[in-house]
Amino acid sequence: MTEIGYYPGCALHGSSNDYETSARACLAALGVQLREVTDWVCCGATAAHALNHKLSVALPARNLALAEHDGFREILAPCPMCSMELLKARQEILADEALRAEMSSLVELELRGGVNVLNLVQALQSAGIDRIKAAVKKPLDGIRAACYYGCLLTRPPGVVRFDDPEQPRSMEAIVGALGAKTVDWNYRTECCGAGLTMANEETVLELSHRILTNAAAHGANCVVTVCPMCHVNLDMKQADIERRFNAKHKMAIYYLSDLVGLALGLSEKELGIDRHFVART
Amino acid sequence: MIDAATSGEATAVPADLPAFLDLENCYQCGKCTAGCPVAERMDVVPNQLVRLAQLGLVERARRAESIWQCVSCQTCSTRCPKSVDCAAVIDALRQLSFEKGDAAGSQRRTVLFQEAFLRNIRRNGRLNELELVGVFKTKAFLDDLSIPFLFKDAMLAPRMRAKGKLHFKPDRVKDGGVLERMFDRCLRQA
Ligand code: SF4
Ligand code: SF4
Repeated sequence: MTEIGYYPGCALHGSSNDYETSARACLAALGVQLREVTDWVCCGATAAHALNHKLSVALPARNLALAEHDGFREILAPCPMCSMELLKARQEILADEALRAEMSSLVELELRGGVNVLNLVQALQSAGIDRIKAAVKKPLDGIRAACYYGCLLTRPPGVVRFDDPEQPRSMEAIVGALGAKTVDWNYRTECCGAGLTMANEETVLELSHRILTNAAAHGANCVVTVCPMCHVNLDMKQADIERRFNAKHKMAIYYLSDLVGLALGLSEKELGIDRHFVART
Repeated sequence: MIDAATSGEATAVPADLPAFLDLENCYQCGKCTAGCPVAERMDVVPNQLVRLAQLGLVERARRAESIWQCVSCQTCSTRCPKSVDCAAVIDALRQLSFEKGDAAGSQRRTVLFQEAFLRNIRRNGRLNELELVGVFKTKAFLDDLSIPFLFKDAMLAPRMRAKGKLHFKPDRVKDGGVLERMFDRCLRQA
């Protein structure tokens, strides 16, 4: 077992606890244990960067400092918004010594900026795609997955430095290794409306409806994501989308770790899939 | 050609926006707006917001509804051929609008939501979703007296509970004092 640091973020400790179950179970099956960053705090999310710039650096900076103090060199932040915010703060701190010093005193912990932040795709890549492929017990031959990257997993590219922001392929590579088919479709990097579910539901329902419609039009029987907010909007709100647009989607929404876990022989319950709203296709 | 950065002259960024925004680089190609998923809902689209800011018409820009319709997806900033961080321009406008308390009326709910979110983190360190829903709905109701909005999503609660997705025990940080001080320092400096 190797151990890596883990920054769950609020969603995975809240209503997206199915994602935490899934990520933990899937990575454990690959020999990776997650250890939580001590006393982590919220990354600030959109609220911080929309209302107060300094807070949007300070909140992630506090978490980076906590992770350093725990002795981690790498932490997994499965939520793409958290990992983007952590990486952005790290980049700003590393580029500006005065800011680093200021932030160290502001967050009351010495901060060097040495901790790297991984998203879930990267955590699976470093576990090894060949290793995943070799460990497959139940190939997912009935699956035709629309890999959905959404907004912040690949953007802004200068901050997250991950895959291609226009034509990413990293999720397809993993899903393909599980014996599943992936479809080509147009909404892979379009935004679902993210955390505005409650504040601006109309926008979220419309953007999410387009995503589900396009995935189905290209022959997908499920959508795969690594983002808790995408999952809320596409899965939990799917009934509302159907009502609003008088449409039937019945599209199963999986976390990438769900599919890897299923192929490795884990059960739906072990992966938290029984907590999804739309039943499996 | 005058290169503001090397000549040491004042940049073209208006005084109330952060200097790192490099607004002078924008040549109004419209690519930011072309890829924006919510442009069709906007009164003032992203390239127009950048143009207003570039011209120093910051007040007009910050009163636009669109700055609160932006879903912060970073498509505009990613695609800009002149590396203008359009999403950061919008953030700067939102911060100003929040400071001045003059967000467009139709977008008050989004502002109230973000404000309730920040207060929630300040109190708990980590988001307490139930408290957020309660506080946000109450504030939004006091603001616009919409009863349907107050009870919207109420039907979701029992389903979420059945799925084990509602938590009545808040997940709080142990060292809440440091958060309080961090918030004080950041908001004071704002
Ligand atoms: S894409 Fe860039 S250069 Fe083009 S209009 Fe938008 S901000 Fe200006
Ligand atoms: S960040 Fe905002 S303005 Fe830019 S493309 Fe996304 S929604 Fe549009």
